[in-house]
Amino acid sequence: MELIIQDIGFIIGTTLMYATPLIFTALGGVITERSGVVNIGLEGMMFFGAFVGAAVAYFSGSPWLGLLCAAFGGTFWGLIHAIACVSFRAEQIVSGIAINFLGAGSALFISRLVFDGATQTLTVVNKIPQPLAFLFGEGKMFSSSGFMGLVFNQFATVYLAFFMVALVWFVLYKTRLGMRVRAVGENPEAANTLGIDVIKIRYGAVMMSGFFAGMGGAAMSIAVVSRFSNTLISGHGFIALAAMIFGKWKPQGALLACLLFGAAKGFEIYLGAKGVPVAGDVLAMLPYVLTLVILVSFVGKTTAPAAIGKIYEKGDHI
Amino acid sequence: MISGRLKALFLRGPIGLTVVSIILGFTVGGIVLVVAGFNPFEAYGAILKGTFSKPKYIAYVIIYATPLIMTGLSVAFAMRTGLFNIGAEGQFIVGAMVAAMAGYALHLPIWLHVPLCLLLAMMAAALWGGLAGYIKARFGVHEVISTIMLNWTAFYLSNWSLTLSGFGKPGTGKSFTIQETARIDLFSQWKISKEGIQFIRSHEYLGDVLKAPVNLGIVVAIVLALLVWYILNRTTLGYELRAVGFNPHAAEYGGINVKRSIVTSMSIAGGLAGAAGALQVMGVSHKIAKLAVMEGYGFDGIAVALIGNNSGPGSVLAGFLFGGLKYGGSKIQDAVGAPTEVISIVVGTIILFIAMPKLIQTLLKFKKG
Repeated sequence: MELIIQDIGFIIGTTLMYATPLIFTALGGVITERSGVVNIGLEGMMFFGAFVGAAVAYFSGSPWLGLLCAAFGGTFWGLIHAIACVSFRAEQIVSGIAINFLGAGSALFISRLVFDGATQTLTVVNKIPQPLAFLFGEGKMFSSSGFMGLVFNQFATVYLAFFMVALVWFVLYKTRLGMRVRAVGENPEAANTLGIDVIKIRYGAVMMSGFFAGMGGAAMSIAVVSRFSNTLISGHGFIALAAMIFGKWKPQGALLACLLFGAAKGFEIYLGAKGVPVAGDVLAMLPYVLTLVILVSFVGKTTAPAAIGKIYEKGDHI
Repeated sequence: MISGRLKALFLRGPIGLTVVSIILGFTVGGIVLVVAGFNPFEAYGAILKGTFSKPKYIAYVIIYATPLIMTGLSVAFAMRTGLFNIGAEGQFIVGAMVAAMAGYALHLPIWLHVPLCLLLAMMAAALWGGLAGYIKARFGVHEVISTIMLNWTAFYLSNWSLTLSGFGKPGTGKSFTIQETARIDLFSQWKISKEGIQFIRSHEYLGDVLKAPVNLGIVVAIVLALLVWYILNRTTLGYELRAVGFNPHAAEYGGINVKRSIVTSMSIAGGLAGAAGALQVMGVSHKIAKLAVMEGYGFDGIAVALIGNNSGPGSVLAGFLFGGLKYGGSKIQDAVGAPTEVISIVVGTIILFIAMPKLIQTLLKFKKG
């Protein structure tokens, strides 16, 4: 019985750990898409953030500085995406694809310059800390390998991600700013006539999506693992994008979807450790199949913000 | 008169936009190189040298370009129907997997085995792509999201298939090598024969070309590109698909079955990406291996399609450009010490500018006066 509980604890723990980078990035997706701008470049922003986070944490010795710089690194590509999409009315998906090439390319370019030609950073000594670590271990309140330890002895980024979900939810639904963001995403023309600066809101939202995606990348490179490598963020940004849509463009929905993807990873690792490789691939496949099934059966066409992906031109309307 | 028309095509048409974007892409890449302390002329020179200075290099560029042309065609075809096929990656994987299976399991004469292998792979990938089309047509789920899901499903499906006994070679993480009769390599047996070695030694140019794993893939890629051009521009089907891409409501009003068009278009796109995967197995790798990360053929295909203005001939040209950059770019590290990834920055910048036609048009007008 105790073993089973311990196993469950292990699965929950790994689920939370692997869901965290996705949660940050998906939140970024929620913010930008609610303002009406598609950001398929989340992958590139996450990739860049993962590198910046690990590189800064390596050189400065401070994981928090790494996390912050990663967020600003993501914000930079958010700015580029915003300039293209908002100011120059670019095709949003095409610009996002460009950001994916640019984010990944520039991260690896800088990595090779700074880390002696390598497409990975050296190991970060000071990872993001585990704030509740004082509760777990020998002679402490809980054993670190017991259920409580496995579930709650998490990196600070895990707690931060849950906090951010609540914060984004609050801002989006309970503040004036959030209402404006949603209005711009639903009907920019009407928002404009009400005196909302559509351009400014969209710039802010797209840059915030970069901010969160950058953090998501760092949550991978300096918490889940302790270095950046060129294969670390392979498709996670796209999964976060899917989680955001799966979660119906809501922060709380995105959270649940990310937990589902995280759980699949958790089970995959658990079964891998138990030596069941066959089920591993099938299980890893499940959340994607499940997402499709759920999209087909529950999610209709109408949940996306109405003005999503549409180019807004001030002065088109009278 | 003619120059006026040319000017119009260049200034307002797609060619000018693409050419200017490419120039800007290399310029930005050059600036990045300067900032990083490299001489951009030396770096770009190294790419050119690494692409054209030996016949073998050119052969490699063709080999690199082949799958990119086809995934590019796949994305381009869907795009003309107004669909964004991010799923080329997964369709490629499915095509490669089925080709590897059919190539290993079947025992047939070469004239039957090769086309059958390709056909089965294309059909499977067409179903894979068509599924995304069906889900969109029937349930209104955006193809971007469904194809992202299908990419990962294909990814794990392919890895799982390697655990099947009789397909995966135990303990290697790879499949069994396909039969000789399913391969499209040119002269592979002859190359290692006595006469072949003699020939390669005595013929400077041809011998050098033969050092690369030359195969028939490029021929198939160009035939498919012509076919795409023909279907889109010379058939009723193509007209209907383009009409749907242009304005689905108007197309529906005009009596075109929009839903069926979506499924058809995604199926064809899937088949094209599947062909890329199949030919990669039949001509280059001869097996599939457990995937650790997405290989990126499909994602690169998006770039190829965008740079090639979503047309058949355009995809071929852009495929060669991208293939050349990928192959030549891999050499600047050794030649001048500059990171290879400047290529991604150049490509990304080109696409970013292609996304902003209005900016380019403003720039062009500004230049004129």
